[in-house]
Parts: sequence; structure tokens; C-alpha cells
Amino acid sequence: MLTSILRLGLLLGVALLPLTVWAQAAPALKSVSVDLPAGVQMFPGGTAADPINNNCLACHSADMVLNQPALSKAAWEAVVKKMINVYKAPIAEADVPPIVAYLATTKGSAGE
Amino acid sequence: MILQRTRPPLLETPFEVFDRSVFTPNDQFYVRWHWAVIPTSIEVAKFRLIVHGQVETPLSLSLEEIVGLPRVELAAVSQCSGNSRGYVLPRVAGAQWSNGAMGNAKWTGVRLKDILDRAGVKAGAVQVRFNGLDEPVVEGAPDFMKSLDIDHARDGEVMIAYAMNGQQLPLLNGFPLRLVVPGWYSTYWVKMLNDIEVLAQPDSNYWMKTAYTIPDTPYANVTPGQTGVKMVPINRMEPRSFITNIQNGASFAAGSPTLARGIAFGGDYGVAKVDFSADGGKSWQPAQLGQDEGKYSFRQWETYFTLAAKGNHSLMVRCTNSKGEAQPGNANWNPAGFMRNVIETTAVTAA
Repeated sequence: MLTSILRLGLLLGVALLPLTVWAQAAPALKSVSVDLPAGVQMFPGGTAADPINNNCLACHSADMVLNQPALSKAAWEAVVKKMINVYKAPIAEADVPPIVAYLATTKGSAGE
Repeated sequence: MILQRTRPPLLETPFEVFDRSVFTPNDQFYVRWHWAVIPTSIEVAKFRLIVHGQVETPLSLSLEEIVGLPRVELAAVSQCSGNSRGYVLPRVAGAQWSNGAMGNAKWTGVRLKDILDRAGVKAGAVQVRFNGLDEPVVEGAPDFMKSLDIDHARDGEVMIAYAMNGQQLPLLNGFPLRLVVPGWYSTYWVKMLNDIEVLAQPDSNYWMKTAYTIPDTPYANVTPGQTGVKMVPINRMEPRSFITNIQNGASFAAGSPTLARGIAFGGDYGVAKVDFSADGGKSWQPAQLGQDEGKYSFRQWETYFTLAAKGNHSLMVRCTNSKGEAQPGNANWNPAGFMRNVIETTAVTAA
């Protein structure tokens, strides 16, 4: 009798609670150590890519930038300004126009 | 995995993974980090989760203490706010995800409520802020932190997970602790969670006030270029569904029954029904739902369809959740490419 009540309670508990409560011991956690790839690929394009390579790769790899859709020069300018003003990228003012120009050329939209 | 970005890591789940199981394997679960300073070594014995701010008793909890608390388990979908951004038109900047910036796991851990009750939340607390071990590369850049309203944080469902799918979290999925906010976008599912701060005023940090905000409109939809729209922090997810066994361009014999199957989820409510259309949305038939793993989980579905006429056809699938909310026929648009949940279409041919 008691067993069947307990069983019923368990069934109801499982059915009614969105969270299932366990009584048994949890697994022991083990320390973890991993190697993450550095992502050292450079932006292509020779000297035209020097400003973006020198300023941008400290914080992020090039791959996602090169996967971006074609955006207008204004849109790229907004991205670079956000990197500087919000994410505090230490980019010299003189490097901003060549970085924007590189992005607008490499990942630019026609007709801008 | 599809490599979207090497550093900080953005890894997308290949879509065929979703056809194999209702749960997404840990080593194929999508990964998204904001900052490149990520600890690559975590020592279990040294790790502490601190709870501070508007509490009676600040806490510094070891993993042993946390694992010793009442244990809960919950199946839930973790989905990036920008999942499917690569399909947004006009195109927008950001990770160009296909549909694989999501995954479904069984999360094991402790209730956030239990931890907060242990610390004793003081009257006047309005939000709880979560911070992980990752840090910006450049000093002065905004550390990644997210906040939930106090009532949400104490709802008994938000949890601190130490395991996914029965295993400890992989480091890139947030080892040793990750916040799980069922039904909400994974921007709130803070990884490597080590700091919980109870706030007496709404959080105004960049990642709540500016980033991850959406237009306060139906489907977070605006017209490109539209200005003067009220923005609010992104929050609950909406229903979505996908065909997982048929790809664009597939060809079938006309007149013979074909199996379509896939996954659906209801967002912050369970899946009430999944409807399938083999004629571009002119008519719909109910799909058969698979086992219910809980309202926040993926739900598998399947149905048979027959393409009578030779030529091109459009297959569609539509999820309706238990709140009665269905996927829309038109795609939304917003500048960040968030919350895409339009009815998916798969173009096929009958020969």
C-alpha cells in the first residue's frame, strides 16, 4: 500500500512539476583544461589590409568579418565607430578611414 | 561544427544534427562567446560562485556545496537571439548564422531560487545580475553581464546548471556553471557563471540597455530605416519549426507517399500543434507529435505527404504553441536580425 502510494506520488510529481527533483548523488565534476585556437589568419589584400590587421585582430579573428554580407560604407563606418566607442578598440584616428575603406571595398555593396 | 568565428568562438550546429535526436549532443551544441578572454583552465576545487548585493548573507559557494543542494532537471532549448540572421533581408551585420544557433539539452543543476533564498533577498531588490568568468580584451570595454527581474529569477524554473545531457558542461558551453532561463533567448544563459548580484535598481549595463534590445512591436518587426521605435531588452522566445529530413532541391516521385519529419518548439510555451503544408501554405494537415520532453524542449513531429502533380512544390511547417501563438507567414525585420521565426519553406520537385 505504502509502496503504491509512493509510486503514485512519484508519477504525479513527475507529471505535474516542470522540474524533476532527484534524490540520488550528483556526478562529481572534474577540472577542465582546453586549448583554444588562436585564429591567426590575416585579412587578405596586402598593404591595404595593414590598418585592419594591425588594429582589429587583437580582439577577434578575421573570419567572421570576411563572412559578413555586403554592407554600405556608412554601415561599415558605424561598425568601426561602435568598436571604438563601445568596445574600446584602441584604434588611432588616422587608421579609421583606411579600415572603413578596406571593409567597404572588400565587403561593400554595389551602388554606394 | 560550422566555424563562424575562431576567436572569440562562434560555432554553429550543422543542421543534420537536429534530424538525429530530440536532444543536441554536447560536442555538437552551438557555441557563442562575446569576449576573447576566456579561461581555458578551471579547477573545480578553487571555483567559487559568489552571491552579493541586496542580500542578507553574501555567499561564496564551492561547486561541492552547489552540487549538494536539491537537484533539478529540465529539458530546454537554448537559442541565440540572432539565430537564422543569415536569412534576414535586407541583410544585416552580425554572425551570419544559418538555423543552427540553437540546441536542446537536458539541463541538471539547482534552482536559482534556492541559492537566492539561501542568501536572503532583501526588500527592495528589483533585478538579479549574472556575470561569468569571460572578460573583454581591452580595459574599459563592457564586461558581459545580463539581468532578470527579481520575480523571474525566483520563479523556481530558472536554474544554475552544472550538467547538460548527463555530462558536466563542456568548457565552451560554460563549464562549470551556466544559467538556464527556460523559454528565453540564450543571451541570458550566462556561461561560466561565477557572480550573482542582487540589484536595488534596474540594470543599466550596456548588454541590457543597448545591446540585445528589440523593437517593442509584434514580432519585433520594423521597416528598414524606421526611427523613433521604443526598444526593450530581448526576452521570451517564439514558436519555430523545421523540416529536418528534406533539403531544398530534393526530388520525389509524384504520387507516392513521402515522410517529412522535424522538430518544433513553442518558445516560452509548449508545442500545441505542428501543421504541415505540401502546397505552399494553401492547405495544412496536422503532423503527429513525438514524445513530450517538457514544454521548453524541442518536440519531434512527422507526417506523410504526397505530391500528386509533377513539378515544383513548396513544403511548409508551422508550429502553434499552447498559448495559441503561431509562426507568422511573413518574415520580421529589425536592425540586429533578432527573433526570426517565419514559417520555413523547403522547395522540392516531384518527378
